[in-house]
Amino acid sequence: MAQLLPVVDTPSRAESETVRTTSDGARGPLRKRTFRTQFRHYKWLYLLLLPGILYFAIFRYGPMYGVTIAFKDYVPFLGVNGSPWVGVQNFADFFANPDFPRLMGNTLILAGLSLGIAFPLTIVLALLLNEVRLSILKRTVQTLVYIPHFLSWTIVASLSFLLFALDLGPLFHFLNGLFGTEIDFLTDPAWFRPLIVLQDIWKNTGWGTIIFLAALSTVDQDQYEAAILDGAGRFQRVWHITLPAIRSTIIVMLILAIGQMLNTGFEQIYLMTNALNRSVADVFDTYVYFVGITQGAYSYSTTVGLFKSVIGIVLIFGTNWLAKRFNQSGLF
Amino acid sequence: MKIHNTTGGRIFDGANYVFLALIGIVTLLPFVYVVAGSFATEVEITSRPFFVWPNEVSLESYKYIFSTPAFMRALVTTILVTVVGTVVQLVLTVSMAYPLSKKQLPGRKLILNLVVFAMVFSGGMIPTFLLVKDLGLLNSYWALILPAAINPFSLIIIKNFFQELPAELEESAKIDGATEVGILWRILLPLSKPVLATFALFYAVGIWNDFMSPLLYLNDNSMWTLQMYLRQVTAASDLMASGNIDPNYIPPAQGIKFAVIVVATLPILVFYPFLQKHFAKGMLVGSVKG
Repeated sequence: MAQLLPVVDTPSRAESETVRTTSDGARGPLRKRTFRTQFRHYKWLYLLLLPGILYFAIFRYGPMYGVTIAFKDYVPFLGVNGSPWVGVQNFADFFANPDFPRLMGNTLILAGLSLGIAFPLTIVLALLLNEVRLSILKRTVQTLVYIPHFLSWTIVASLSFLLFALDLGPLFHFLNGLFGTEIDFLTDPAWFRPLIVLQDIWKNTGWGTIIFLAALSTVDQDQYEAAILDGAGRFQRVWHITLPAIRSTIIVMLILAIGQMLNTGFEQIYLMTNALNRSVADVFDTYVYFVGITQGAYSYSTTVGLFKSVIGIVLIFGTNWLAKRFNQSGLF
Repeated sequence: MKIHNTTGGRIFDGANYVFLALIGIVTLLPFVYVVAGSFATEVEITSRPFFVWPNEVSLESYKYIFSTPAFMRALVTTILVTVVGTVVQLVLTVSMAYPLSKKQLPGRKLILNLVVFAMVFSGGMIPTFLLVKDLGLLNSYWALILPAAINPFSLIIIKNFFQELPAELEESAKIDGATEVGILWRILLPLSKPVLATFALFYAVGIWNDFMSPLLYLNDNSMWTLQMYLRQVTAASDLMASGNIDPNYIPPAQGIKFAVIVVATLPILVFYPFLQKHFAKGMLVGSVKG
């Protein structure tokens, strides 16, 4: 019986088998040795694995346990474990706070602008690049538009400060001259969102085309020839062949983008926030920082962060479900 | 294959080429302006709204920043943290990726699932901050390196890369009596040089560009990194409006802002060609499930 058992492949299973076979006096010690041999056999691999496991346990799963303070009244002196439970009191406080609808509105508007403007622009740019047959032009443009992705938000914000600087910036002069206005783009709340979207487009549109260009490179070229024989024009070919061919990529990227909707990007928003535009600039990410780090409301701000994460997960699974519902391939 | 081109098609191509060339130029213009401005005199920056080449080349801005102790300290600090951090992060990632590339390793599946879960869900800013604080890492440069030490995406891509290397290489080494560590060190790592170089660059760019970690974890001005310094220099007037800094603080001259931006951008631009050579490939490997 004991011999028929499969070769052990996990430590836990090895232990349970050891227990099962102890009644068989002769087999017991042998089995134990097998487990030990297994472990000894892989000891170098486990040793290499150890720092990584410690890292994930401490820096990834540690904070997940720390999320419990969203349901507590965190007192630094008492620590995460010692602080008293308060149930959903922090959530009730957050939903009753007038900040809540304002944050939700600001976050959703920025997310909507990103999905509605930046996302389609990425696809359009990929399609335009895909139509280029002059490979030197294609490669040069690609090289240039990928660069901003690697720059920090601090640099992007600093460039914006210089370009739009009051009375000094080139774009301050150009745009105000064009429209005959006297707008200070950096502090005018009405210009906060356009600036954020503009930065977003400048920094990420080029990089975003990579995945679509990869999908476009797999489109069957014979289809185009057949379409040309049928008299299809340039735009008809794009509309009827190219776009349907990359539909699943578009849907996957859209699901991912919707899942990330509430992640407005802490650094970008924080760097562009100032005393005059706070009313439109405050989003969940920066609010967590201002309330949590600068004001020390740890439990309350953790609650806000948790709320955001949970909505994000609901959104990603929800969109995936919808995509499948409409007979499209989902993400999982 | 040759696609017959119509007149309309040719007009479209022409317009498309011009449009894309413009996009490329627009992407580049802010850099050109900043570089030109960093070599211009203060008078020229404040009097000419836009230029791509200064009338009078001046090194004053660079002379000034390179003789400013706070800037030099931030620059040296950032270089050191980036170098040490990249080594630590890469070693940790490779050391974890290699055992996970062994399909027969007991417990492998569980660990991989836990890694993937950590990609989807994170504790968030405040619990991470409290953890770093409880570990006594506030005002320590380790706080800029350790919390993001292993990027789960990089880990899985490197793991997949090891997995795809031919198994015969390892088997023959084993017959020759090499240990697992010896195989990793003498056979796999030399084979993986281009891949590891790419991920090293990604880690380096991440640390160099990081603004949030120093903002959260370093309270002491004298510990600031270049990104923090850049923020203070370029947003000084704005910070005054929000009352975050001393009102007696004199905002630095425009030229200095230009020069600091150039210094903070330069390493990225220098390493960019190496990054670009590999990232498209890296992205594609990453899209393969497994």
